[in-house]
Amino acid sequence: MASTYGTYGGRYVPETLIPALDELGAAWQAALGDGGFRAELDELARSYAGRPTPLTPAERFSPSKRLYLKREDLLHTGAHKLNNALGQAVLARRLGKRRIVAETGAGQHGVATATVCARFGLECVVYMGSEDMRRQKPNVERMGLLGAEVRPVEFGTRTLKEATSEAIRDWITNVETTHYLIGSCVGPAPYPAIVRELQAVIGREARSQILEAEGRLPDAVVACVGGGSNAIGMFAGFVDDAEVDLIGVEAAGAASLGTGRTGVLHGSRSSVLADEDGQIADAHSISAGLDYPGVGPEHAFLRDSGRARYVGTTDDEALAAFRRLTRTEGIIPALEPSHALARVDDLDAELIVVCLSGRGDKDLAEVLAR
Amino acid sequence: MTDPSSDDRKRLSIYLMAGPETPELAEAAVAGGADLLEIGFPFSDPLADGPVIRLAGERALARGMRTAACLACLAETRARVDVPLIPMTYASILEGYGYERFWGDAKSAGATSLIVADLPVEAEPELPRVQLVAPTTPDERIRLAAERTDGWLYLVSLTGTTGARETESSQLAGLVRRARAVTDVPLLAGFGISTPEQAAGAAALADGVVVGSRAVEIADEEGARALREYVASLRSALSTPAGASATS
Repeated sequence: MASTYGTYGGRYVPETLIPALDELGAAWQAALGDGGFRAELDELARSYAGRPTPLTPAERFSPSKRLYLKREDLLHTGAHKLNNALGQAVLARRLGKRRIVAETGAGQHGVATATVCARFGLECVVYMGSEDMRRQKPNVERMGLLGAEVRPVEFGTRTLKEATSEAIRDWITNVETTHYLIGSCVGPAPYPAIVRELQAVIGREARSQILEAEGRLPDAVVACVGGGSNAIGMFAGFVDDAEVDLIGVEAAGAASLGTGRTGVLHGSRSSVLADEDGQIADAHSISAGLDYPGVGPEHAFLRDSGRARYVGTTDDEALAAFRRLTRTEGIIPALEPSHALARVDDLDAELIVVCLSGRGDKDLAEVLAR
Repeated sequence: MTDPSSDDRKRLSIYLMAGPETPELAEAAVAGGADLLEIGFPFSDPLADGPVIRLAGERALARGMRTAACLACLAETRARVDVPLIPMTYASILEGYGYERFWGDAKSAGATSLIVADLPVEAEPELPRVQLVAPTTPDERIRLAAERTDGWLYLVSLTGTTGARETESSQLAGLVRRARAVTDVPLLAGFGISTPEQAAGAAALADGVVVGSRAVEIADEEGARALREYVASLRSALSTPAGASATS
């Protein structure tokens, strides 16, 4: 299992956590070699989460292309986040950890985590910036209904960056009893590799579905990138197919890959929004899920190697794509994948698969206010 | 400078956040009996720190304490005190500045070593630094950290972040015992030590203590004179015969 991606990745955390990361890595390796683990995950995916998710042609959205949408918005809880939360909850049980901590920005990962904790009877604490709690009240209420304790983070940016730091501090303090259920392919090794593998189901399904539908591989696959978990899962299915372009779409005001520099944030070395002194900068995006100054280390590696390309979408372009998909296809997307949809017309490609990573219910207030 | 292992005197390390008042505060801490000083170079996202040092770091950054200003502060502090001076910071600061360049410039400014709270022992082996070990660290990692550490080993006395606690750590005794079994380097215990009683209790087990959050708080709220008195109260507690304090 990779712990570094070129010079990216690693385990930049206080010593207290290193043994827990070793333990997690060993448990993950053991689980991967255990057919029972795979079978349990496959069964949960089928009977609880709603996999496989469909691949939907979107002819009216983009008449000049052949566009397909990988429908992670139809997954239980409304976003791809559940793939990871389910897998890590099963892993936490194998580790004998009965308490889960997580961070959340928009609340999608928090809801997915609260959901699996309810399903498995685990104690659940979710850290969320107080500014995000104000903006995403329905998700705060959902987490409460599911039995999770949502702890407001009242300092710094009061958003995802600080919530993540606070979740890690909780883990440092309660490491003997607690599993940290990180929500994206970021953090110290082995987290980026675990999250990638748990999200790779998106790419595996999409690849076989597009072959079934079109009899060939797509020219390009496109996914939005905040921390980058839906993109890394989508890319995983196609990274070995050299003829398929991999395109990640960042929010223009949170372009860790497009405008960032090498730095260390939340346990790994990657491309981050930081100044020349290594101080982390604030990100800005209409989409809370992309409003993060870091990105998974494998994305930084894929960018440098040239295997994947990363472009930006502005808030206004994302809003336009949100409205266009709603009106042309009858699908209300989350603002995050709307960033990916906004780039489809520009691509020098005919057959395109976009990962529709989540549904837009959570974003209605934001969109209607514009 | 005295080798911490050369006598029975318990070592006292005081942590101060870099800022315009640091040289004066450092002088006060040394006058109160500090044997070495850690100078915090603030980072925007300090994972190992509890609220006091995190907020002190936020204030320092708001006052412009970026790397160049921190190095200047270090040099001014060096002009005022003779004890070992150790910048304590996070990997992202060194990543931004360059690891080798950071150590070179810190050394020129008077640093005697470094502490990087989120740089594991395996990373950047060429960078001289005091290594940290925690109650969760297995024996073989303690051995590795002791081999690579620069002068003494920093014992994180509890699983948690920096900051005052009401009670003494129950995890320290076991950590000291395990460390003694694999190394002869001096052991200084930190995290959660704020009162003279806690300092005496920890020093009865280890070779000295590190006090951060409470010192930062007193320096910030009450100034140099109060810091000197506080450090003197810690020093006095450490000077009590070890057997006497261990029974308290």
